[in-house]
Amino acid sequence: MIVWFSYVQISVAVLAGAFCLINGFTGRTPNDFTLGATALVEVLLIAQFIVALIAPAAGNPPLGDVLTFYVYMISALLLPAAAVFWALIDRSKWSTVVLGVACLAIAVMVFRMNEIWLVQNV
Amino acid sequence: MPSTKQPSEPVPPEQNPPAQNPAAQNAPAQNHPAQATASRGKAVRPRVAGVGRVLVVIYAILALGAFGRSFVQITEQFSEAPLAYTLSAISAVVYIVATIALVAHGTIWYRIAWVTISFEMLGVLVVGTLSIIQPELFAHATVWSYYGNGYLFVPLVLPVLGMIWLSKNKPVPVSNQPVPASTEPSNS
Repeated sequence: MIVWFSYVQISVAVLAGAFCLINGFTGRTPNDFTLGATALVEVLLIAQFIVALIAPAAGNPPLGDVLTFYVYMISALLLPAAAVFWALIDRSKWSTVVLGVACLAIAVMVFRMNEIWLVQNV
Repeated sequence: MPSTKQPSEPVPPEQNPPAQNPAAQNAPAQNHPAQATASRGKAVRPRVAGVGRVLVVIYAILALGAFGRSFVQITEQFSEAPLAYTLSAISAVVYIVATIALVAHGTIWYRIAWVTISFEMLGVLVVGTLSIIQPELFAHATVWSYYGNGYLFVPLVLPVLGMIWLSKNKPVPVSNQPVPASTEPSNS
């Protein structure tokens, strides 16, 4: 993982999460903006996944446990996709809240993935 | 006769008008009675709606997290801490069952939801306390160690929210039901 990219990703996920939560609690059903923000989080995750696959060959191997890292990675990749899928089926304001919860969960997971990559045995 | 609109077309119970109704937005609990129409068995549970759906999603995320962690622990280093890792696996299974039980229909699932969520509450309290007073037993982290602080204390808060939600959303006896719609709703 590339450290600055991870921090960008965490920031985007937090902002997207807060944005979706605010939209959800003010009663908006999922719209292009909230779905788009979640999609952006997913796109950055896919980029992170590719980075993680290539980085060891470029002299940036993970220090922590590789299996743990990839369990986080795969779970993280599934989450926003599932939330968007949910939001397309259930057109209620709570789906927007669900999008926000998923984005915030991604922020925490990327933070943990960063720790696993950079620090041994966290 | 084509395109005849039936005047008494049954309204699908899952439609969620409060989303568009600004007056009800701050009172999610009011959403639920409207959904209590799908009839199955002697008493039915309203479909999970409103803020309950968010609860289900958080449960699902926690179930995923607990499952992932216990999968890694058991495949890589089970012999290091069999007690903690067995507990991890059990907690993962319980979270998965609780997630299903929150969503599933029927009074049996309602009871299962209570049992699993109570088990989680007990687990997080007992293991959390033990991990502080007897840390050598739980040197290796589980979801419940230190009251779930590795998971932002979500495991401590979630069972409480789950219990509140369950007690507010009891199965509804059929006699209290409106006349059931002739067709099952095709989906939620």
